[in-house]
Amino acid sequence: MSKDNLVEINNVSFGYNKRPVLKGINMAIPRGRVVAIMGGSGCGKTTLLRLIGGQIKPQQGEVRVAGQVVHELDREELYKMRRRMGMLFQFGALFTDMSVFDNVAFQMREHTDLPEAVIRDLVLLKLHAVGLRGARDLMPSELSGGMARRVALARAVALDPMLIMYDEPFAGLDPISLGVIGNLIRRLNDALGVTSIVVTHDVHESLQIVDYVYFVSEGVIVAHGTPEEMRQSAKPFVHQFVHGEMDGPVPFHYAGEDYGADLGLGHV
Amino acid sequence: MFERMTGGLRGIGHTAIDGVWRIGYASRFFLLTLFKSGISFRRFGLTIKEIYFSGVLSLIIIVVSGLFVGMVLGLQGYETLQKYGSEQALGVMVALTLTRELGPVVSALLFASRAGSAITAEIGLMKATEQITAMEMMAIDPISRVVAPRFWAGVISMPLLAAMFSAVGVFGGYLVGVVMIGVDEGAFWSQMQAAVDFRQDILNGIIKSVVFGVAVTAIALFEGYDAPPTAEGVSHATTRTVVTSSLAVLALDLVLTAFMFRG
Amino acid sequence: MERKTLDLWVGIFVVAGFAAILVLALKVGNLGTFDMSHGYTLIADFNNIGGLKARAPVRSAGVVVGRVTDIQFDNKTFEARVTMDIDGRYRFPRDTTASILTSGLLGEQYIGLGPGGDSADLKNGDRIKLTQSAVVLENLIGQFLFSKASEGAGKK
Repeated sequence: MSKDNLVEINNVSFGYNKRPVLKGINMAIPRGRVVAIMGGSGCGKTTLLRLIGGQIKPQQGEVRVAGQVVHELDREELYKMRRRMGMLFQFGALFTDMSVFDNVAFQMREHTDLPEAVIRDLVLLKLHAVGLRGARDLMPSELSGGMARRVALARAVALDPMLIMYDEPFAGLDPISLGVIGNLIRRLNDALGVTSIVVTHDVHESLQIVDYVYFVSEGVIVAHGTPEEMRQSAKPFVHQFVHGEMDGPVPFHYAGEDYGADLGLGHV
Repeated sequence: MFERMTGGLRGIGHTAIDGVWRIGYASRFFLLTLFKSGISFRRFGLTIKEIYFSGVLSLIIIVVSGLFVGMVLGLQGYETLQKYGSEQALGVMVALTLTRELGPVVSALLFASRAGSAITAEIGLMKATEQITAMEMMAIDPISRVVAPRFWAGVISMPLLAAMFSAVGVFGGYLVGVVMIGVDEGAFWSQMQAAVDFRQDILNGIIKSVVFGVAVTAIALFEGYDAPPTAEGVSHATTRTVVTSSLAVLALDLVLTAFMFRG
Repeated sequence: MERKTLDLWVGIFVVAGFAAILVLALKVGNLGTFDMSHGYTLIADFNNIGGLKARAPVRSAGVVVGRVTDIQFDNKTFEARVTMDIDGRYRFPRDTTASILTSGLLGEQYIGLGPGGDSADLKNGDRIKLTQSAVVLENLIGQFLFSKASEGAGKK
């Protein structure tokens, strides 16, 4: 186990009701880097994040964060660890009954005894970093998708975490917002000295901002390397994914009976 | 044939196991909520906010319904009592009906459909939009931060709403009986005061409404927390909240009445 | 919603709720007519209490002065021991009588207190010695029939 890896995933398997989602995954996320986990929809990327966050336990193997085995922590230790993690959810998951300001201030108020004046300064600082200082009094319902994502980002870094996890940060965004979020992920990572894990299926945006890429398909890692290596890769899966081809190693058809047999034509 | 029979039995078994499992799960949820209630009192502002949503916003429907129910009681009671020449007992009848039964029960039913459904929908949507998960990932326990304040707000609001319902209802009965029909005002109030006992009738009514408050809010919270995180799941859960908590209120009322007003 | 307005509304709500309870207690219920906190307790033994129940009113000259709080059967005297709370504002002489009466022909039963002439008053926990039991309708009818029958026999 290397000291330079913040997160290590060793031979992890997991399944929902007998349906295996992850089969013996090994991964290492070095400190201070932005690492992308890519794969088609429903390949178990989000499950990986939930394993790192300790929301679910692996059926086999272990996940280590900062040297601690996540599923062996008791509740208190787990909560202590989570305070040092930030997570950006797929659609922001902002608290709909609070203003933008209160959303970002939420964790500070819950976890610290800071005076309100200090909290105000900190919140404005975080909001300024994502360019939404002027939107502090808006409610989440008044924000566009891209703005909500940025507020959620400000909230994720509110307590200066050591690790930020992004669950599909680019889903459903217009190209401009997409670029903004991509840039923010990179800038925040470098400015705050954190480690970032980006789970996504958006190849073009993420290949520009990340340091390392893991490709996951059907529960196993099929390829990994730097973005440059991935672009040059001759592996059929990576090629298909990076270039968005319809058919390839990732089949267009969901596994099923032979088409002819299904139609009752006998074996064709 | 045999296959069909065992199929039916399996269905019954499955339903029974499912039901027992759900009851156990709900009880555990309820106990957890009680256990994690510290924050609702240490930071009472959280609970005050929820009292606003479940109590203050239910005020209008409760007051208006109370007035109408009281007026109807006045009319109907007068019709019946008049046949026996005892229309002066109208005040007694209206007051006892309201404080013992209709006040707690009807306000709890209204509370279930007004505040209970809103609680379920809100918690269900918070879950569907990953707000609950987000809170967990921020190392904040959603049961103590989201569920418990709503629970105590419901428990505090319910008896106050029921008392207002009864008070307004008595006033409605007075309007119809004394002001409109012309029952003697002195007899109306004095007979009422002679027959309605604070401990036996009013206090028991308040105790009833506290129990109903616990039941309705706990069911609403559980249904919301347990709802599948989809639009369909949340809408089903909201319906179930109203149905289950209404039935619970009526069943509990029978049990409580049997204990309180026996003999 | 501004925090202050929210607090204000909830404040109004809570005050209105407690006001409603107060109205129910004082205007609708009997808490306003009695001052039980300064009341005192009296005891009376009856041969037969008929249909008297706990919480039945205690009246004197038609005014409700208290309530029956407890009814027990005494194993030694084989009598019914009735405990009642009397409003502290009212005083009764020591030779007061207690009788079980019925309001109307078939109405509820209550205890009637008939004041005597003693100069000393009954104190907390005292026993009323002179009591008159409830009139049981069946006994009354039985007596009536019996006297009619003996009347008839005398004529013969």
